[in-house]
Amino acid sequence: MTQSLYEQLGGEPAVNAAVDIFYRKMLSDNRVSRFFEGVDMERQASKQKAFLTMVFGGPAKYTGKDMYEGHKHLIKMGLNDSHVDAVIENLGATLKELGVKNELIAQVAGIANSVRDDVLGRGH
Amino acid sequence: MPTLIFEKQAYQRNPEETVLDCLLRHGVSVPHSCRSGVCQSCLMRSIDSDPPAAAQHGLKDSLRQQRYFLACACAPEGDFTATLSGPVLIRFPARVISVEKLSRRIARVRLDPAGAFDYRAGQFINLARSDGLTRPYSLASLPYTEDFLELHVARHEQGRMSSWIHDELQPGDEIAVSTPIGECCYRPEQPKQPLLLVGTGCGLAPLYGVIRDALHHGHTGPIWLYHGSRDREGLYLVEELRGLARDHDNFNYVPCLDSPAAGDEDVTVQRAHEAALARHADMKGWRVFLCGHPEMVKQTKIKTYLAGAALADIHADPFQSAAP
Ligand SMILES: Cc1cc2nc3c(=O)[nH]c(=O)nc-3n(C[C@H](O)[C@H](O)[C@H](O)COP(=O)(O)OP(=O)(O)OC[C@H]3O[C@@H](n4cnc5c(N)ncnc54)[C@H](O)[C@@H]3O)c2cc1C
Ligand code: FES
Repeated sequence: MTQSLYEQLGGEPAVNAAVDIFYRKMLSDNRVSRFFEGVDMERQASKQKAFLTMVFGGPAKYTGKDMYEGHKHLIKMGLNDSHVDAVIENLGATLKELGVKNELIAQVAGIANSVRDDVLGRGH
Repeated sequence: MPTLIFEKQAYQRNPEETVLDCLLRHGVSVPHSCRSGVCQSCLMRSIDSDPPAAAQHGLKDSLRQQRYFLACACAPEGDFTATLSGPVLIRFPARVISVEKLSRRIARVRLDPAGAFDYRAGQFINLARSDGLTRPYSLASLPYTEDFLELHVARHEQGRMSSWIHDELQPGDEIAVSTPIGECCYRPEQPKQPLLLVGTGCGLAPLYGVIRDALHHGHTGPIWLYHGSRDREGLYLVEELRGLARDHDNFNYVPCLDSPAAGDEDVTVQRAHEAALARHADMKGWRVFLCGHPEMVKQTKIKTYLAGAALADIHADPFQSAAP
């Protein structure tokens, strides 16, 4: 049997390793850091973990509606396609840093891209 | 409007109002301090239903299972019943051994807890005065070598508990203490890990416990303590810490003052967290302890994380107090 994407990436330990690097990249990225201001770091990290679990193809707790609800307040702050691009870019850089193969990175980016419309509230 | 039943008495609660705010609005006096889910002085127990998850954040499993919750973080959906009593004892009597001035602003209080009192260096307890006024204070003592609980209390202008401790608390008095709380503790599993400790004012108290705990366990990695204060009155235990630094090659003590006066040539003139971040640019693999001024703790948590420390390796105790 072929392994799922989540298994190939290394499952939960891989998610945990990725959260720390990914969240750090997001906080130091001027394009997106303002969306994190004043947010409790632990709570934010646990949301990142849920997000990464989903884009790793893991046991997802997110629905399209959750995605929309979770980002509604950010759309009011100006969240748009360019920020989603930044997220996907940081995600790719994180995985590269962890030594993940390009082919798997592309799959992860594909899943992240597939929720773009939900995140930005298109179709809601 | 949802109803809150507290100690068998019913109160109308505004939607989204916390249990604590509701009781205070009705003039009911209940223990509380930070009003932001940090200190656990507002601990209560739900009788009829599971409290919302947010109201149990940071509580020990044993308390969670028995439906204890934090009243200041609890805004349940509908009707709710709460009490201060429950199966787990949350307050114990302790006797005051001494109240000693370490400087004009800092008092060292030593307490003798009645019976065994298990804690880890760096945790904090809530002190409750007989009229119910309750405040959290960190433990500076070591559980296995010192048979007293030691607290360092800074006097706040018009601060109700801190002024009372400085001016009125006497040896022999009895005061109630809570079980120990918090995770600001040394972990002996990684004896080579570099440790950064930044404290302002009495933020030194838990760090003093953590450092001595680490040295006692034979920690071999570098230990850096930055202790900051606006003036000399807030820098205390200077000689003790210099002595520790002399005796232990891996322990470095950096006292910092915002605005030094004559005679302060022996300290670093910079804010403690800024001095620390300037010297240690790469925090990858470090364990970090941040205690004291809430804004300093918050900022430094982000900065040490961005400098490479893992979130799980950063322990932060903001000394949050509520506006009066
Ligand atoms: C986890 C934790 C650990 C802590 N550990 C320690 C510790 O080890 N040592 C320590 O000293 N503190 C510690 N604190 C802080 C401590 O709990 C209290 O907040 C502090 O002692 C002030 O309490 P108070 O009753 O004296 O002041 P409060 O009466 O609660 O007043 C709060 C603030 O408001 C100001 N104020 C009060 N009344 C007025 C007024 N009428 N007008 C204007 N301003 C006013 C006071 O100056 C004070 O700054 C800790 C806090 C937390 C959350
Ligand atoms: S945790 Fe509720 S008052 Fe501090």
